[in-house]
Amino acid sequence: MTASILTVDDSPSLRMAIRIALTGAGYDVTEAGDGVEGLAAAGAKRFDLIITDLNMPNMDGLTMIRELRKAPEQAGVPIIFLTTESDDAMKQQAKAAGATGWLVKPFVPEQLIKVSRKVLGR
Amino acid sequence: MNTQDPVAAFRVEAGDLLDQIEQGLLDLGHRLEDRALIDEVFRGLHTLKGSGAMFGFDALAEFTHHCETAFDRVRKGLAPATQELVAVILSARDHMRALIEGDGAGLESAGAAILAQLQAAIDAAGGAEAAPVAAPASSGSAGPATAARGWRLFFRLPAEAMANGTNPLMLLDELRDLGACRITARTDTIPALADLVPTECHIGWDIELRGDISRDDIDDVFIFVMDDMELTVEPLEAEPSEDVGQALQSSDTMSDIPATVPEGPAVATSAKPGPATGPASAAKSGESVRVPAERLDELMDRVGELVIVQSRLSQLASGHGSAVGNELALRSISEEIERLAGELRDTMMVLRMVPVASLFSRFRRLVHDLARETGKTITLSTEGETTEVDKTMIERLADPMVHLIRNACDHGLETPEDRRAAGKPEAGQVHLSAHQAGGEVLITIRDDGRGIDRERVRAKAEAQGLIQPGQPISDHDLLQMIFHPGFSTAAQVTNLSGRGVGMDVVKRTIESLRGAIDITSAPGEGSTVVLRIPLTLAIIDGLLVRVGEGRYVIPLGAVEECLELSLEEDLRSRGRSFITLRDRLVPFLRLREIFETGTRPDPHQKIVVIATGSERVGLVVDQIIGSHQTVIKSMSPLHRDVATFAGATILGDGGVALILDVAQLVMLGQNQEERLRAAG
Repeated sequence: MTASILTVDDSPSLRMAIRIALTGAGYDVTEAGDGVEGLAAAGAKRFDLIITDLNMPNMDGLTMIRELRKAPEQAGVPIIFLTTESDDAMKQQAKAAGATGWLVKPFVPEQLIKVSRKVLGR
Repeated sequence: MNTQDPVAAFRVEAGDLLDQIEQGLLDLGHRLEDRALIDEVFRGLHTLKGSGAMFGFDALAEFTHHCETAFDRVRKGLAPATQELVAVILSARDHMRALIEGDGAGLESAGAAILAQLQAAIDAAGGAEAAPVAAPASSGSAGPATAARGWRLFFRLPAEAMANGTNPLMLLDELRDLGACRITARTDTIPALADLVPTECHIGWDIELRGDISRDDIDDVFIFVMDDMELTVEPLEAEPSEDVGQALQSSDTMSDIPATVPEGPAVATSAKPGPATGPASAAKSGESVRVPAERLDELMDRVGELVIVQSRLSQLASGHGSAVGNELALRSISEEIERLAGELRDTMMVLRMVPVASLFSRFRRLVHDLARETGKTITLSTEGETTEVDKTMIERLADPMVHLIRNACDHGLETPEDRRAAGKPEAGQVHLSAHQAGGEVLITIRDDGRGIDRERVRAKAEAQGLIQPGQPISDHDLLQMIFHPGFSTAAQVTNLSGRGVGMDVVKRTIESLRGAIDITSAPGEGSTVVLRIPLTLAIIDGLLVRVGEGRYVIPLGAVEECLELSLEEDLRSRGRSFITLRDRLVPFLRLREIFETGTRPDPHQKIVVIATGSERVGLVVDQIIGSHQTVIKSMSPLHRDVATFAGATILGDGGVALILDVAQLVMLGQNQEERLRAAG
């Protein structure tokens, strides 16, 4: 079965780049524009992987990850967050919040696919 | 919007981000303590940096990184926000725009200068240990990666790892992909069933991994859990290897892969380097319109209906119904298509509409800069920002409006001292408003400055020979003088305005949009400029007329009335071309003569009276055919200079009708009037 991935980012261009890369690799991609939308989307359907930005309006990525991990049905769903290398403290916080892994911006599509394969196993 | 080009999407998005940053900074200028605003600006900078780097805008990412670092100090409360800082970051924002629009060539020095100012502003603001701009930490390539014959590993995941999405089986799979593995599970720490938490992982694994595998490859497998997990790695054969501590740092191996984002269209497009001169020269490349989804749905509905009607039509064409029945059906289909075409047109036009807020918001920055440059205190207020205008119109209105606002701020508003002396509040007001009236939008620019100095306008007009010394002239006409080319009343030419080019250009631009400009002014109380522009440039209501054998369209908005040119009036007026219309002489033009039709005139000729502003001219035509929805096609390059026509349209029967340029014809009529007056 095609793995379904939820991407949460407030930047449409970034979402577009992620979508193009992941659909090209054969994944099913759903998009959300911020943490609130992300939570709603994740609540409606269990995804195989969630990729989220941290810095977003309305609800940031950290809060969203914490909220997701509170829900029992989201246990074990891998969450990858996007970050910049300067954000080491942020990285620690996100991991503490329950994120599975991270991807450093800027990244090329190959890296994104590599990370997705790594946590999805397919 | 091109759905498959993220770079194009990024340009649009970056434009929005820059606007958002600008608005945030301008607001911040008024409320320096507002945390929410500081956060908003920071987030804008942060997103711009991240996305910029993603799409190959390296110079932008680098530059924005420095700004972000500086601004981060403000966000963290290490340095206060100051007016200087806001001003520097505003100019930095302009630089970012230039970096996005151009290819970044030749902008390095400008960027460096801004960063120096930024540093100065931060230092002045009391940020003790200065120096943002630390180069990104050198990537920790973990020394010479020693290749071993194999490795012996043990790992155990932290308790919460599985719940947090790490699947140990996949880690094992990844290790297997590296080379031949012998894996043994350590089950000694598994608790009794009663104490077992199913979401936690209690098993550890011993692995013997054989092959020519670098230590980095192993670290890559565990990269996400490295910090918290138990992991020991020993080479199978005794060979020198780096210690674990160093390996733990290699979490940034991911970022070491050189970013090879294709640079193709990103950099090659707009060949316009050089910094943007101001907010008005907004990005013109990559025109796109953002459309609310429900409007698209509406359009889709109409298209769906059209498809249905089309299938009815094909059925009819291939069917064998009775002739009478067919005719009825055909008529109903025709009506249906007419309705749908009308609705499609309306829906389509609405798609192109954008609120004037996008135009007005640009001027906040302009006024901010003008206030700084002139030393005046200026408050800008706006009203009716939700009024919608065609997208093209917005773009083309920007320049004339910049000019009008400059005029208002520079000439109109007085210095704070003068204002105090005149008993007015120190802060000058500039008010922008927009509202729709029928098929037009009225945009008003009002200031509460000194108003236009009539004496000076008159003196200047006399000096330029526009009016005779002492010639009586109505106040309204006197004010119109400022629209003459080369007319400027500023006694002193300033940096901002007063070069004597401008108002005539403004007037011409507005008229080229089929709009009108009017100015009123009360001495000591201020001036008001009103722009009247049509809602759209693409379609107009027209009056279709016939002159000789040709058909022409007169924009209906300009038509005041139609009347018959009675034979006796025609005879009486011969040679002077005036009619008396409600006690006013109105000059008229015989289109037959202008267009040299060479046919016999119709016995009952008609006059269509057209007007721009308060000036009227009658056009004599052979026949008035009726009103006509006119889709404007522009003239070919060969005919673009023909002044009397504004464009052409295609009629229902496939014929072409030229659209008359009302402003030009009125001018022609007025000139004729003046000539005749001078002669007689």
